[in-house]
Amino acid sequence: MTYEPKTLKVVGTRPIRHDGADKVTGRANYGADFKLPGMLWGKVLRSPHAHARIRAIDVSKAKALPGVKAVITGGDMPMPDGGVTQAGESAINTQHLAKNLMARDKVLYDGHPVAAVAAISESIAREALDLIEVDYEILPHVIDVEEAMKPDAPLLHDDLFTQNVEPKPEKPSNVAQRIFVGKGDMEKGFSEADIVIERHFTTKPVHQGYIEPQACVANFAEDGQAVVWCSSQGQFLIRDLCVNMLGMEASDLKVIPAEIGGGFGGKTTVYLEPLALVLSHKAGRPVKMTMSRGEVFRSTGPTSGCAIRAKIGALRDGTIVAAEMDLKFQAGAFPGSPVGAAVMFATAPYDIPNLSITGWDVCVNVPKIHAYRAPGAPNGAFAFESVIDELARELNVDPIDLRAKNSVAEGSKAPYGPTHGPLGGLECLSAAKNHPHYKANLGPNQGRGVASGFWINIGGQSAATVVVNRDGTIALVEGCPDIGGTRASLAMMCAEVLGIEAEKVRPSVVDTTAIAFNDVTGGSRVTFATGKAVVEATEDAVRQMRERAAKMWDIEPDSVLWRDGAAHETGGEGRSLTIAQIASKAAKTGGQIMGHASINAAGAGPSLTTHMCDVEVDRETGRVTILRYTTVQDAGKAVHPSYVEGQMQGGAAQGIGWALNEEYIHDEQGRLLNAGFLDYRMPVASDLPMIDAVSGEVPNPNHPFGVRGVGEAPIVPPLAAISNAIYDATGVRMRDLPFSPPRVLAALEEAERAKG
Amino acid sequence: MEYQSPASIDEAVAALAALEGARVMAGGTDLLVQLRSGAPRLGAIVDVKKIAEMCSIEETAEGFSVGAAVCGAQLTGHDAFSRAWPGVAEAAGLIGSTQIQGRASLGGNVCNASPAADTTPALIAARAKAEIVGPGGRRIVEVEKIATGPGKTSLGKGEMVVRFLLPARPARAADAYLRMIPRTEMDIAVAGAGVSLTLDRGGVVADARVGLGAVAPTALVLDQAADILTGTKLEDDVLARLAAAAGAAATPIDDKRGTIDYRRKVVGVLAKRAALIAYQRAGER
Ligand SMILES: Cc1cc2nc3c(=O)[nH]c(=O)nc-3n(C[C@H](O)[C@H](O)[C@H](O)COP(=O)(O)OP(=O)(O)OC[C@H]3O[C@@H](n4cnc5c(N)ncnc54)[C@H](O)[C@@H]3O)c2cc1C
Repeated sequence: MTYEPKTLKVVGTRPIRHDGADKVTGRANYGADFKLPGMLWGKVLRSPHAHARIRAIDVSKAKALPGVKAVITGGDMPMPDGGVTQAGESAINTQHLAKNLMARDKVLYDGHPVAAVAAISESIAREALDLIEVDYEILPHVIDVEEAMKPDAPLLHDDLFTQNVEPKPEKPSNVAQRIFVGKGDMEKGFSEADIVIERHFTTKPVHQGYIEPQACVANFAEDGQAVVWCSSQGQFLIRDLCVNMLGMEASDLKVIPAEIGGGFGGKTTVYLEPLALVLSHKAGRPVKMTMSRGEVFRSTGPTSGCAIRAKIGALRDGTIVAAEMDLKFQAGAFPGSPVGAAVMFATAPYDIPNLSITGWDVCVNVPKIHAYRAPGAPNGAFAFESVIDELARELNVDPIDLRAKNSVAEGSKAPYGPTHGPLGGLECLSAAKNHPHYKANLGPNQGRGVASGFWINIGGQSAATVVVNRDGTIALVEGCPDIGGTRASLAMMCAEVLGIEAEKVRPSVVDTTAIAFNDVTGGSRVTFATGKAVVEATEDAVRQMRERAAKMWDIEPDSVLWRDGAAHETGGEGRSLTIAQIASKAAKTGGQIMGHASINAAGAGPSLTTHMCDVEVDRETGRVTILRYTTVQDAGKAVHPSYVEGQMQGGAAQGIGWALNEEYIHDEQGRLLNAGFLDYRMPVASDLPMIDAVSGEVPNPNHPFGVRGVGEAPIVPPLAAISNAIYDATGVRMRDLPFSPPRVLAALEEAERAKG
Repeated sequence: MEYQSPASIDEAVAALAALEGARVMAGGTDLLVQLRSGAPRLGAIVDVKKIAEMCSIEETAEGFSVGAAVCGAQLTGHDAFSRAWPGVAEAAGLIGSTQIQGRASLGGNVCNASPAADTTPALIAARAKAEIVGPGGRRIVEVEKIATGPGKTSLGKGEMVVRFLLPARPARAADAYLRMIPRTEMDIAVAGAGVSLTLDRGGVVADARVGLGAVAPTALVLDQAADILTGTKLEDDVLARLAAAAGAAATPIDDKRGTIDYRRKVVGVLAKRAALIAYQRAGER
């Protein structure tokens, strides 16, 4: 199924989202809203140490507390055989996951679970936690990625040997893996260059900051059948991880998805569900578990802090001839940072002949890093888009022109291998350059920065069922939790194919027993991949309705054409039958009508984006104010433009927070000091200007409406765009995130001192 | 836990004395948050929001009397008060958000004794006094005498603040309060400065008082302010001396919200800027 230009009636309009009323009235049910009779409350005891050996755990007093129905520790959790479960953009090693869910012999970060209880009330459960005695032998810890790579660093895992290095290491270390992407001849490349710039950058771990903390209810029945209600980015992933963790069969567990209050990649794994299942199994009653905000910060996976060296070489005419990067990423307590994506995509907006990019995945004493919107790419782009900006200044050329001169285009080869089809890099750059924002005047202490970004987007497995109701309305059944307005977008594509209004299609996200397997809502894949499945399923229903009409008219199906929500006889009397007329007679023409498709979608089109940002820097306090912000992004086709713009604005807002104030702050003992929204400073509404989102459309040839993913690319450029703007305003380069007021003031003073 | 909501000051004082481990609650925007985040359990809560006297603002010949439980929205919405004390009003208006403003009180802000409380430096600059009632009767103290350290006050057992008294304003007098937060709202001051000035007819500073917040265990009175500012028109060198004095008076800590060095510098910048705003406001009267 490929792209064909056509006149569209529904796709590209802005109907009210189907889940809108429930969400604005508070009627929608999120993870924590579910209850069952007889339900117990589960709570987790977490390590107060960043790194310690567990000598002993005594749960006897907790067990003896009246009202406590079950207590578990690592020993009560099975250890899976191993293997990897794919979770959108991340791959989850099940043994690591098991040890992350509940520590066995060692705790590896402040917040690492060591025991859990289920009791008849939350307060008794909390009291029970206080009665559990854990004897810890505190070990030295390490959080900084470069420190963790040193040979004498405290070792997290004594069985971890660096993969993909020659010769094979003889000693274990914290470095899990080396990843490399390269081409051409580096020596030749840099020797041709007229200008070489090499810089070092650092970033801190940052959290997705979804509003809804993790929450679930698990009910394990005596016959071994279990049900979990929870909010996540994929009910099928939750099911598969739980059954893998607990040695169950897929048919033993039904996962019912709740509405999700934000995930951004962070809800493509499990923290509570397997614990709730084991507690429920032990207690023989349903168990509810919810995290507090503090637990979310201390125990769920943020994205990596990192250290990056970036080197770029260019000719006087602006041609970039070589780029070399070395990226060291925190993996957290277990291997698996998103450094691979950073390696592949940091330079991906550009066509550079000589490339050498090395990534390092490094274990440190923070929670296991997990996916966060375009995982890895913002870090890489921060470094590379900053050196591009320096290069533009060295060469005295417009930073957009420099980017355009080196931009990828159809036919160029991506750093990670494949040859690009049509993609919108040049279109974005030119739209950015022609935007009134780019020409607007700046005042004193104000500056403008530009940065581009690339994200690959993924396809994957999706299924959809189109049920034609007897009155001609449609039930659209799908399996991807709706985070960004996908119910509306999918219903619109279904309506477009049928030729009816979007409001006549009622989309539902159903449980793991009601539809075939779906990959997670992640990787910016749902509008693309599930959209494709929806179009196929709708076409299946249309085919059936044409056949039924043919039967009703007693003619050949080939003589029936589908248009505007009705079957039309192409010759003869020119008769027509609406969906309702066909469906109301379905019982007599062969039974009820239902279209279905289950696919593995390939050909997701990459997204390119260019952001520009104006800042004002208060030279006396170091405070940076974002004055104006514009994103330009190739969406392929904006099915529902409001939600495409919302994604672009949301990604930019998160990137702005990451740039300005967000960071994990640890004390000397490695404990997280800012486990709450007061001191983990995400932006509030009044911190941001209206973000202008311009959506370009270079259709993706592999989608019937030309859709590309849009959700992730917009978080890629802001870090560098803001750093570049601060430079423009002050002449000072910020290379260490975040650009919080104390750091900016210190950098300004340092620059003054250097001037003398 | 016992909860009482007496209708008079006398009943409240009696309840505080009678109930073991009782605490005053006004808006509860500090107290309830502390309870939820695992602070030691309280014996009892005595809610003072039902006491009319503590929830009203009165203007007399001596100045303003502001009930200790008056909420931020009430204070910033009071035109005469906001005209007389724009700095105190803007400090109260900075607390939290619209929702918080509907509950949070001056009494709670001062008695919670956070070094970063926003209204305390502004009240100090205003030479505000607190009327305290307790088992031993009534007493009146300067606002800067209430907090003695983070979370600690000089209030005795069973005592509470019932109102704040702000002096009457002469002509050409105004105040201002500024704080530094990394965001634009919903944050805690990294440093704060309140400045109150009175000018003579020629625009020369005749009286000045400066309070500093978040740079010491309690809000500070900047003693040298009067010396530095009186007799001047806030010329650049005067402002530089004010900033330097504010930085020198500060004894801040290094924490997740700011470094010692940063707080010292920024409190000076804020004092300077607040002085300029107060000067401009006073000049317009
Ligand atoms: C989201 C949020 C944002 C906030 N933002 C800010 C901010 O920007 N700036 C800021 O300074 N604060 C802020 N705060 C803290 C808080 O809102 C203020 O300190 C507020 O003024 C407290 O007033 P309250 O009436 O709610 O006090 P309460 O919580 O009722 O009381 C606080 C303390 O003072 C005692 N107390 C109260 N009244 C009296 C009295 N009359 N006599 C003796 N003791 C008394 C109580 O026993 C308690 O110990 C914020 C709080 C929240 C939750």
